[in-house]
Amino acid sequence: MNRLNSAQELEDLRRSIVSRRNPNKPCIAICAGTGCLAYGCLDLVSAFRDELEKRGLQDKVDVRATGCPGFCERGALLTIYPQGIFYQRVRIEDIPEIISETILEGKIIDRLLYVEPNTGERFIKEDDVPFYKKQQRLLLGNNNKIDPTSIDDYLAIGGYAALARTLFHMSPQQIIDEVKRSRLRGRGGGGFPTGAKWESTRKAKGDTKYVICNCDEGDPGAYMDRSLMEGNPHSALEGMIIGAYAIGSNTGYVYVRHEYPMAVENVAIAIKQAEEYGLLGENILGSGFDFKVKVSRGGGAFVCGESTALMASLEGKVGEPRAKYTHTSEKGLYDQPSNLNNVETWANIPLIILKGADWYNKIGTEGSKGTKIFSLVGKVNNTGLVEVPMGMTLREIVYDIGGGIGGGKKFKAVQTGGPSGGVIPESLLNLPVDFDELTRVGSMMGSGGMIVTDENTCMVDLAKYFVRFLQEESCGKCLPCREGLKRMLQILTDITAGRGTEGDIELLERLAATLKDASLCALGGTAANPALTTIRYFRDEYEAHIREQRCPAGVCKELITYYIIDEKCPGCGLCVEPCPTQAITFVAKKKPVILNQDLCIKCGTCYDICNLEAVGVK
Amino acid sequence: MKDRVTLTIDDREIQAEEERTILEVARDNGIDIPALCYNEGVEPYGACRLCLVEITKNGRSRLVASCLYPVEEGLVVKTATEQVTANRKMLMELLLARCSGVKVIEDLARKMGVEKTSFRPEYLEDNECILCGLCVRACGEVVGTSAISLVNRGVNREVASPFLETASDCIGCGSCVYICPTKCVKMEDVGDTRTIHNWDVSFRLKRCQVCGNYFAPEKQLEYIREKLNLPEDFFDICPNCK
Repeated sequence: MNRLNSAQELEDLRRSIVSRRNPNKPCIAICAGTGCLAYGCLDLVSAFRDELEKRGLQDKVDVRATGCPGFCERGALLTIYPQGIFYQRVRIEDIPEIISETILEGKIIDRLLYVEPNTGERFIKEDDVPFYKKQQRLLLGNNNKIDPTSIDDYLAIGGYAALARTLFHMSPQQIIDEVKRSRLRGRGGGGFPTGAKWESTRKAKGDTKYVICNCDEGDPGAYMDRSLMEGNPHSALEGMIIGAYAIGSNTGYVYVRHEYPMAVENVAIAIKQAEEYGLLGENILGSGFDFKVKVSRGGGAFVCGESTALMASLEGKVGEPRAKYTHTSEKGLYDQPSNLNNVETWANIPLIILKGADWYNKIGTEGSKGTKIFSLVGKVNNTGLVEVPMGMTLREIVYDIGGGIGGGKKFKAVQTGGPSGGVIPESLLNLPVDFDELTRVGSMMGSGGMIVTDENTCMVDLAKYFVRFLQEESCGKCLPCREGLKRMLQILTDITAGRGTEGDIELLERLAATLKDASLCALGGTAANPALTTIRYFRDEYEAHIREQRCPAGVCKELITYYIIDEKCPGCGLCVEPCPTQAITFVAKKKPVILNQDLCIKCGTCYDICNLEAVGVK
Repeated sequence: MKDRVTLTIDDREIQAEEERTILEVARDNGIDIPALCYNEGVEPYGACRLCLVEITKNGRSRLVASCLYPVEEGLVVKTATEQVTANRKMLMELLLARCSGVKVIEDLARKMGVEKTSFRPEYLEDNECILCGLCVRACGEVVGTSAISLVNRGVNREVASPFLETASDCIGCGSCVYICPTKCVKMEDVGDTRTIHNWDVSFRLKRCQVCGNYFAPEKQLEYIREKLNLPEDFFDICPNCK
């Protein structure tokens, strides 16, 4: 690779990369994100290459392992360019047919198309699939257009043009003003205005200033930063370089958890490639600006996503938060002015620079501009990563994009904002999703987790699940978070076990108030949200557990009984063998089986196995 | 000299040096704010949260840990609002649940109007340690040995010697013992031996060549002598006989 010494040389290189590429040459883009990796997509990539070689087509068809486009539910995913044909649930056995039919003949293989479960309609192009159609994939959209390990791919789609513009045509203050005008707010959870943060770091006194990319993302079920860092690491990197130039920093860190090996690998490759082209390091593009980025791997503690704990961890200390009465923009890493944003925030920057704050302002709501990536998981038909403009209603996200609730069940609530977010009930499904609206109803944006629950989810049990997670992840430094979560978990455990007493709800509320008011960091401060919101919206469920020893959702083992509905049971005996305690006895064909309550451990196996709904739960 | 600022604490106008904390300034002016993890000998830490106060700045109020919050011009501080008191009481209830039967905690709770904890009796613990971290900070910041540290996370957090074995860097100075607010670090001097049970360490004590009393661990005296570059016979005589 030749080092680029000017903006012109960058443009020349871009033109030469693009001119060498034939836009009409077939390209099979296979998702190699973490979800599809689990489906064996790497085998798929090599099997495609082998098959093409066998047929002597290796020079006529490109195979590209790309980042994650988000529809993880339907992996392994592949898109065939230039037509944009979208195949899902692809297996190795499908390869010869894809090559003979689709690549060579241009025919569509119906079997591999996405079928909308409700209407039976088939979709050929990715953009027409309902899951994608309502999304606005400004950031994620590039994931399956590029190979994340190829800087040339990123350059081919316009990469680093924003950097060149800032270095040669904008002053640091102009960049900050543009980011301020875009009204971008931090995507890591707090929603703090990014431009204002940059400005205060720029203005802070200090010999060395740092910019940091937070790729710690510890929420269970959330993986948007992961997918961006794995699928398009240069976009975050470019944002960081622009930020560093605006802030006046020459050193940056990418803090990424060790459990994200592909993100660690891909960002390291991206840094190396950018350095070789002179887009990182000394005298970037001949501008005189120096900026180096190092990757630091975190141990995977939830609390290390908190900015001060993250910085302590970066320094090699125990990852514990400290009070932020002096902002990290003034005294952060090594007590120097430090600007921390998460991956998604950084990835927005090149877009804002290239397309302008006015364009960005047209997307989203009054208080929250741009798009937001959510990881939509739980009891929806289409789980995956979705990127939507701020202000889209929960209903649109859950039903139009998520395809509604699976198994014909009824929607109950959605937990947004990760474990320390809160549940939002059906009555608020028309809520436009943005920073302020989510906070108003007692939840939060957090980093964008969205866990959908259905009628079979017990809200007390759900709160218990999140409180247990938070209790395990609490660093333990401050008393309210450490001791408070421990006590909260005990109370919730008692309630779900039928040992709740009058006054428990009020005690939970009192305890929650202290967690919120008195905790040292935001993790403790928000940790009571699951309990508070489930009490706020589902108080009757708590009361049923406490007063009637009844779990209305049929979840809490100590409070439920499985029974055979005699009139529905044909005595097929399907449930007899799987019962781990031999509690079910076969009587005779056409006679209902008998369930011995004394032996039943309420594992629910019979309930899950019976196709005829002959096992009841009360 | 540092700049002075004027602030209001509990309706009293008070002048104070910049960079000092609300807690320090309040206590200097005879206004009591409870705190368990604070000691003027070490850096403030903000873990026990009992020193919460309400501050109002630019028309907005919030609760902050007064041991960490620096005084500012025009700041309005209230040390005992209803919200502050309610939070302190809940914190004491949490401490009572952790440390049932620990006298220091019970006394402080009673002083704050908390007679008992609302948490179930079957879950009460009899921990003496409140994890304020004072011993660890004294050992690191004042003594400079860092022989002990806080280990593990969350509910498993504890003060411990490295790998829960003998604290090999401990010099037996006893700073951890003196600074502990609940007196949970146990030390005893018997004959020529000092033992600190919590860190599994024992030390030979130095005998004064004049009075014959054992007065300090040899390892501690050696540590001080080396650090301050003192003559070899400096500690042959105890401070009382010098």
